[in-house]
Formats: sequence, structure tokens, C-alpha cells
Amino acid sequence: MTTPRFLITASPHLAERDTTPKIMWHVVLSLLPIVGASIYYFGPSAVLVILASLVGCLLTEWVFGKRETLLDGSAMITGLLLGLILPAGIPLWMAFVGGVFAIGFGKLIFGGLGQNIFNPALLGRAFLQAAFPVALTTWPVIRENWWQLRGDNLALPLMAAREVDVVTTATPLGLQKFEQTGTELWRLVIGATEGSLGETAGVLILVCGAYLALRNYLNWRIPASIFLTVGVLAGLLHLIDAVRYPDPWFMLFSGGLMIGAVYMATDMVTSPVTNLGCWLFGFGIGFLVVVIRLWGGLAEGVMYAILLMNALVPFINRATQPKVFGATKPEQAKGSA
Amino acid sequence: MAHLRFRHGVHPPELKELTAGTPIRRMPFPEEIVLPLSQHTGKPATPIVRVGDRVERGDKIGEADGFISSPIHASAAGTVEAIDLWPHPTGSFQPAVRIKVEAFSAQAPRPRIIPDWEGLSREQLVEAVRQAGVVGLGGAAFPTHVKLQPPKDSPVDTILINGAECEPYLTTDHRTMVEYPERVHLGIRIMMKCLGVDRAMIGIEKNKPDAVARLQETLPSDIDVSVHPLTVKYPQGAEKMLIKALLDREVPSGGLPMQVGVVVHNVASVATIAEVFETGLPLIERIVTVTGLGIRQPSNLIVPVGTKTRDLIDACGGLMPDAREVVFGGPMMGTAVADLDAPVMKGTTGLVVLSEREVKPQQSYPCISCGHCVDACPVFLNPQILGQLALSERWEEMEQHHLLDCMLCGCCSYTCPSNIPLSQLFTMGKAGLQRAKAAA
Repeated sequence: MTTPRFLITASPHLAERDTTPKIMWHVVLSLLPIVGASIYYFGPSAVLVILASLVGCLLTEWVFGKRETLLDGSAMITGLLLGLILPAGIPLWMAFVGGVFAIGFGKLIFGGLGQNIFNPALLGRAFLQAAFPVALTTWPVIRENWWQLRGDNLALPLMAAREVDVVTTATPLGLQKFEQTGTELWRLVIGATEGSLGETAGVLILVCGAYLALRNYLNWRIPASIFLTVGVLAGLLHLIDAVRYPDPWFMLFSGGLMIGAVYMATDMVTSPVTNLGCWLFGFGIGFLVVVIRLWGGLAEGVMYAILLMNALVPFINRATQPKVFGATKPEQAKGSA
Repeated sequence: MAHLRFRHGVHPPELKELTAGTPIRRMPFPEEIVLPLSQHTGKPATPIVRVGDRVERGDKIGEADGFISSPIHASAAGTVEAIDLWPHPTGSFQPAVRIKVEAFSAQAPRPRIIPDWEGLSREQLVEAVRQAGVVGLGGAAFPTHVKLQPPKDSPVDTILINGAECEPYLTTDHRTMVEYPERVHLGIRIMMKCLGVDRAMIGIEKNKPDAVARLQETLPSDIDVSVHPLTVKYPQGAEKMLIKALLDREVPSGGLPMQVGVVVHNVASVATIAEVFETGLPLIERIVTVTGLGIRQPSNLIVPVGTKTRDLIDACGGLMPDAREVVFGGPMMGTAVADLDAPVMKGTTGLVVLSEREVKPQQSYPCISCGHCVDACPVFLNPQILGQLALSERWEEMEQHHLLDCMLCGCCSYTCPSNIPLSQLFTMGKAGLQRAKAAA
């Protein structure tokens, strides 16, 4: 008998077929419909901004990371997500710099995949918001002509912005906060409003998230907890003073709440490992979102809410350690029999 | 039934259909038998034969050394060829008695008096079980007689019979229950007498409805035995999980089932005890599932203890061209063997030959804190933290994170998308902790 060469591994000898790259690429796949929606609503600007952010992320990963980590898909997710949370009119070089920052300072500096504390895409956006506040809060109105760029996408780095013929508007949250003007719910739900590229199509994001949740690629408890907290808090406030406080459906479907709750907060690396921790994490995000939106100086609070709660994850993990099986006293265990 | 489950665990593919419907058949005697002196938990047996001795089938060749030990018997008639080191299924070389099997022997055991078990006292029954070398046949091979003599301060009220067989691929216990239900019930009767216990419960995963039905049909009416179908989930057959599912009692951390008034015996061990009192023969053969996509003819076989792996594979039609890994025991907790000379032991539940398609990928990725391992651990540990500590060899800190409660069931490794060898790290951690304690 010829003896084939046998594999000697430690038990278990079987493994679930889900691998980390497979999860990552599925997330990328699930983002494609949202990318499609953003192109539908924002035209060629969406393509350019997302590409610029992707190039920034992938290039940084390729130059500074270990080469093979490009294939694990995580830089791709960061690039897509960052692109999707930028406004359509942002100069491309800023989107590129955001991508470089997201991967370089959001992930690689911590030691690469799995080591970072903050969600890289959100960190990239926070950086851009701090560096270029005007570009990040300029929302050109949707044009009649789909082919037209939605802003000065092609501006050169560090040059004063050219005067372009752009009529700007505000996001539904901005309208609500600073002009006390509401937006019809149906527009919010399907995404026909102003906002960052990928944050407007609420229902689509929910569907894509449900696909990931069904495959157990994201912990459904986090978005559920965020929606519940925001819904209940906003609902209570709306009951108290319906004029000052918007109704809960508006709160849920406006701004970056959907994409934040479904795609950013559920980033496995920067969310708690225990299920109880995920509930607490979502509760904290929801609470902070409501506080920042209603009483803070900003119109939108999802980004900072998630980043703040990211910082608390190690504490949440420590506080929600599961209790070991049989940790009860023997007498008690017997008494219950 | 309200609570026939435990929390957490995983759902590996069962793949039991390869052999679930295959009747048990007897394999021919091989040319040589190798009997390691260490086949059980506890001290190895001491050999009592010399090279050149002629032994009959069923003769004792090794004497138990101490209380937690077990005697070893010849599983075939022949001549002792050598007593030396031989490849052991655990991967090391261990002392073993090699017997050249007599080619044309009738393999008839010496005539013996079969005691009537009903006439024996509890102590005599336990001694008979001990003399027959019966150990737990579920894999760990813990000497059965020890579990039949609980200390006086831990009164036992229930015997649980473990027919869960939660390991994928294996159908040893399944076929035993389907083909020998009366033997299982007789074994339970004997055990109940040994332990002086009035209640016995048989737990079987729901994926074996024929086994549940057969045991129900043959249920004796004069003793309190009941059959309970269990949720199909790995590791349902782990002692603590079974007790939790059937009785909703939690064995205390670091404790034994006796502390909650329970002893658990594997269904194959129970059948073996009955066999001892039916035939008078000691434990010299067992039922082994030979399966996996890497074997030509998956089978359930009655195998003489000490049969070499290669003879077992030959009895099942040989290996497929894409056979890649040979595992002793089930694929979740079993050991991969490098040497096909390693023999089947008393605790060998199965031989799983995994093909290229079934083996797990070998590449690992960084931990992404997905929490799947925390969700899978049936004893509620945090494998993520334990894994990090193991990588930096912080054994004492691992102990603080309850490393010693880990059963090495492998749920965490199984579910890890980054393919981090968590349970291997915990095996290392346990060994490291022992070394650290010995050095202190």
C-alpha cells in the first residue's frame, strides 16, 4: 500500500466555511446596491468620490500594510464606506486624503486588521470634517441633468475653491434643525433627499443589512438596539413637544443613522464581542445620537456617537464577560434539582 | 419536555448518513494485534505475560495498577511477540504488547463460568466490571468501576445514559442502540444495582429517531428508565451539557457530576457491561465507525481492540485517492494520526478519514473580534481573551479567565472565521499551567 502524505492538525478537524476574507467580501457585495443607489441619485460625482476614497484606502494598505492583506477585503470596505458617507460635491483630493488617513491612522498604525479601536471609515470622515468643515457640509441641490457634477469635484489640492455655479441646499436634518422645515417621510425612506452619497436610501440599507444579519456577518443586536433607543427616546420627546422635536420616523430615516447603525456600528473589530455588550453599545449610540442631534451644535451626531462608543468597547467587553458555566455554589445547584 | 437543551454550542454538518443505516458487521482477525498498556485514563496497566507466551482470546495480559487503572486482555489467540514501544494514537510511542494472531485458530475463549449477575452483591458486581477491564467507551476511556463507586458523601439519585453521540460522522452509539437495545437496558439494570439508584434516563439526539424508537419499544416496565430525545447540537454529549439538558442541573465549575447527584455513562459502555455478564468475556472488542469521504466503504465494525489502523482501513475497502487526514475519534475532538500502525484502543469510537474536500483550511487571519467564539462556548468562557493570553504565554492569567473549565470541545475553533487554533492554544495553556505549577 502506498502511504499518502497525511495532514496532522489539532482538533477540531472541521471548520465552519466562513472565513474572515469571505465575510469581508460579502460586506463589500452587500454595499454594491447602496453604491448603485448613490450613483442613481448623485450621478458621476458619486462614482468619482467613491473611487477617490477607494484609491486612497487601497493604496495606503498596499504601501504600508502587509501586501497580502489587500486581498482580505477590509480596506475595500473602508474605502467604499468612507466614499458613501461623503457629500457628492467634495473635491476628489479630499476624498483621497480621507482614505489615506482612514487606513493609515485608523487601522495600520494600531497594527492592522483587528487591532484598531475606532472604525477607520468614520475616523477618516472625522478627520475630513475637522480639516475641511465647509466642503463636508456643502450640499448642492440635485440637478435636472444627471450627468452634471454635483460640485467642484475636480478642485486642485489646497487651492481656494473656484466659484462654481452651484445652488446649495441643506440635508433634511439641517433643514429640521436650523430652519424648522420637515421632509416627507417617503423621500427619506427611498433616499430622494440631500445628504452623503450612501446615507440617503434608508430602506435599501436595511435590506442589505438584513442579508448580512441572516448570514451572521453582523450582529443584529447592534442596529436593533440603536433603532429601539432612538425610536423610543425621540418618540417620548415628540410626545412632550411635537413642535420642537421631530417624530421618531424622521429621526430614524434621516441623516447617517441607517448606514451608521447597519454598517459602521456593526464593524466587528470595533464593537463588543458579547451580545449583552452589543445591546449596551447600541443603546449608548442611540442615546448620543439623540442628544447631539437635538441639543448639540451639530445637525448630525451619528459619526461622533459611534466613535465615542468605539472608545468604550474595551470597558463594555470587560463589564459584560459571560458568567462561567456552573459558577453557582454546589448547594444551590443541588437545591434547584 | 421543557428544557432538553443547553445554551451556546455549534451545528457542524452531521454527515452521519454515511454509516447511520449500515448494520454492524464483524471484521476478520488481523495478523497481528497491538495492545498498548495505556488505553485508559489513569495509570497504565502492568504486563503479566512474557515474550513467547501463548495466550487465548480473553486472557488477561496486563494487570490494573492502582484504583484508577484498568486491566487489559488479549483480543485474539496467539503468541506474544514483543513487549516494547509502539506508535500510540496520541502520536507518541507507548509500551504495548504485540500478539501474533494464530492464523487457523477458532478464536474460542477458554471455558469460563458466567456469573448470574442477579445473585451478586454490589461489591461483587463492581469487581466483575473492573476485572473485565471496562472503561468508558465514549472516548475518554475513564475506568467504569470508579464511576460505579461514588464516595459516600455524594449520594447519586440518577444515572444518565449518554446516547447523544454529538460528534459528526460517528454512528457507533447509534447502531448499538438500534441493534442491541435489550443489551442497553440490561446494562442499565446492572448499573442501577451497582449504584443503588432508582432512576435512569437515556438522552439521545433527535437525529436518531430509530434509536429512540427501538429503546422505547424495549423499555422495561419494572424499573424507572426513560428515553429523552435531545436537541441536535454539538457538544450535547459532553457530560455537563447532558446533565444541564436532561435535569437542568449545573455541575459546579471545577466539580464532578456526582456533586449534583448524577453519574453519566456512555451507552456503549452500558451495553458492554451487559455483554460481560452475558458472555463472561472481558472488554476485548468494540464497535468502531470507520467513515469519512476518504474511505472507500464506510462501515460500522466490531473490531478486536488492538487492531492496527491499516488493517481497519483495509477491512473497509482502503483509502480513497484524496484521503488527507486520518482521525481517531470524532472530527471535533479526535486526534489525527501520523502512523497507520497505531492500534484501535478501548476508547476509540471511530476512525474518520477526511478527504481533501473535508479538511479545514490551514491559513489563519487576525482576530476581528466577531464574538462568534464567545457565542459558541458551551461553558461561557471568552475564548478571544484566552487566545490572546495563550499567544503571549500568560498561563496564570488564563487560569484566572477559567481556562480549567475549558473542555476542549473545539466549538470556538470550529466557528472562528479567522481559523485561529483556539482549542489547540488552550491545550497548550493547560500544559503550560501545569509546568508553571510544577516549577513553583
